[in-house]
Amino acid sequence: MQTLIQNLIASGAFGKNPRWDLAAAITVLVMSAVVFLGVAFPFAGIVSWVERRVWARIQSRVGPNRVGPQGFLQWLADGVKNVCKEDIIPDEADARLFKLAPYLVMLAFILPWAVMPFSSSLILADLNVGILYMTAVTALTVVGLLMAGWASNDKWSLIGGIRSAAQIVSYEIPAGLSIFPVVLMTGTLSMQGIIRGQGWAPQHWFLFANPFTFVAANILYISALAEGNRTPFDLPEAESELVAGFATEYSGMRYLFFYMAEWGNLYIIGAIITTLFLGGWQFPHVTNSVVAMNVLQLITFNVKVLFLVFVSMWIRATLPRVRIDQLMTVCWKYFVPISFVNMIGTAVWVAIWPDGNAAMGYIMFAGMIAFGAVFIQRVIYYLRRSRMEVYFNPTI
Amino acid sequence: MSALSEYVHNIKDTVSTIFEGMAVTASHFMRKPYTVQYPDRMPVRVQDTLPFRYRGILEVDLEICTGCLACERACPIDCIVIVADKDPQTRQLLLSQFDIDIAKCMYCGLCSEPCPTGSIHHTTEFEGADYSLESLIRRFVKDPVMAYKPKKGPETDSRIAPILNRGMTYLDQWAQPGGAKPAEEEPA
Repeated sequence: MQTLIQNLIASGAFGKNPRWDLAAAITVLVMSAVVFLGVAFPFAGIVSWVERRVWARIQSRVGPNRVGPQGFLQWLADGVKNVCKEDIIPDEADARLFKLAPYLVMLAFILPWAVMPFSSSLILADLNVGILYMTAVTALTVVGLLMAGWASNDKWSLIGGIRSAAQIVSYEIPAGLSIFPVVLMTGTLSMQGIIRGQGWAPQHWFLFANPFTFVAANILYISALAEGNRTPFDLPEAESELVAGFATEYSGMRYLFFYMAEWGNLYIIGAIITTLFLGGWQFPHVTNSVVAMNVLQLITFNVKVLFLVFVSMWIRATLPRVRIDQLMTVCWKYFVPISFVNMIGTAVWVAIWPDGNAAMGYIMFAGMIAFGAVFIQRVIYYLRRSRMEVYFNPTI
Repeated sequence: MSALSEYVHNIKDTVSTIFEGMAVTASHFMRKPYTVQYPDRMPVRVQDTLPFRYRGILEVDLEICTGCLACERACPIDCIVIVADKDPQTRQLLLSQFDIDIAKCMYCGLCSEPCPTGSIHHTTEFEGADYSLESLIRRFVKDPVMAYKPKKGPETDSRIAPILNRGMTYLDQWAQPGGAKPAEEEPA
């Protein structure tokens, strides 16, 4: 963002003799507010509608399609409904902590947007510890959830809160270790620096840099889903056991805050993976116009992120919830050792080929295409076997 | 099985089963939903798809009602109320009330069986939801009307003939368990 403002000043957007510091500051503030209020919150809402439509289609249903065109305004209707609801605070609850908890969860959802690299200049703050900051503030969620569970003074809430603490703290380790290979290769923690280390072509992405980073990307994605309480790992709110987990005693808008943070976190999960492994906003240099390039980069970044958001919905509609011991087994017995292997493997790889192995990128990208082809072939097999009418139209 | 091979086997199993599961759900994602969006987004009204003998809400064609009270007597729960008196001047049967309480009706069809002209019959209409029990009472007589008198030959009045025809068809179908079939469809 700062770079953008400086570019704008240099290109004369604020006049020939730029003494428009106030205007520049206001622009930064307004753009930050636009990012928070105009992107983050509506995204969380719209994602809830998209998610319901996607699940519905996967389950051969239609989903919400009545409010607005194709049900697009469903999220607004739900929001208004929840704002109008009574805000109940249980007598036995610790009222102060009870009220505070949802805001902490929201805070953990808002803070990562500060280092979100939308395009080469569209970033609020390109911290030199960007990715570290990202992992640190997303882990703040655990404070809010544990606080919610404790303050509710309810067995279900407490178990939900404790489970979420155990889960998030455990999965921080493989997630952190999976970021390491990328940091080893780029030598920087800055979001923009990591993206600049990759090219626009898939074979130059860190996903295909070597087999270890490929595994690391998958581990990071699954760990991020676990940290975001997404379905295969949504034990803190397992309704069959815990009603709604830490959110059991919450109602109205406070309840919605938890879920808004959960849906909004999908974007952050996607952004982390995109930045680290999928080349971020990298786009071929097609024009010299700074604005046009930034728009193209913004679109590239969002397409990648939204694809990952879609995949997480797809996973949620596919996989059943794991058991708590399975959750811990997956983390400690599988992800943590494999992450260490990844880290050491990447270190060795970087020691052998300090500038990366160009051939490996092509080989792995070709392998990925083959994998995708096999997957599509399986999908076609299931479609043929069902003898059902194929219907690609998203509207019904 | 050694520990290491079990470990590798578990990873392989996880990846392959998730792969297959994702393929199955992806194939479902491309199928047409089964959902029938009743009532407002149907290709045809449900009422139009129901068979002729469907026992929906009762209806009376007053043009061909003879005022015989057979339906009122047949009704096991007395949901039909008919008032039919002789008009002292014209010496004809005058129907001044014909109410059917749909809230009470149990759709047994016993009233439409004895009807000589098929005047009282079930329709395919079934959407009767309303805000009060009162409004569920169907009042068919607005102004007192003369009861229908069956004629010796075929009906000559062009207004009544199609209604009577429909009523008699209804009775024919009602009398036969499988419904009346056209002659050419009868097994030889």
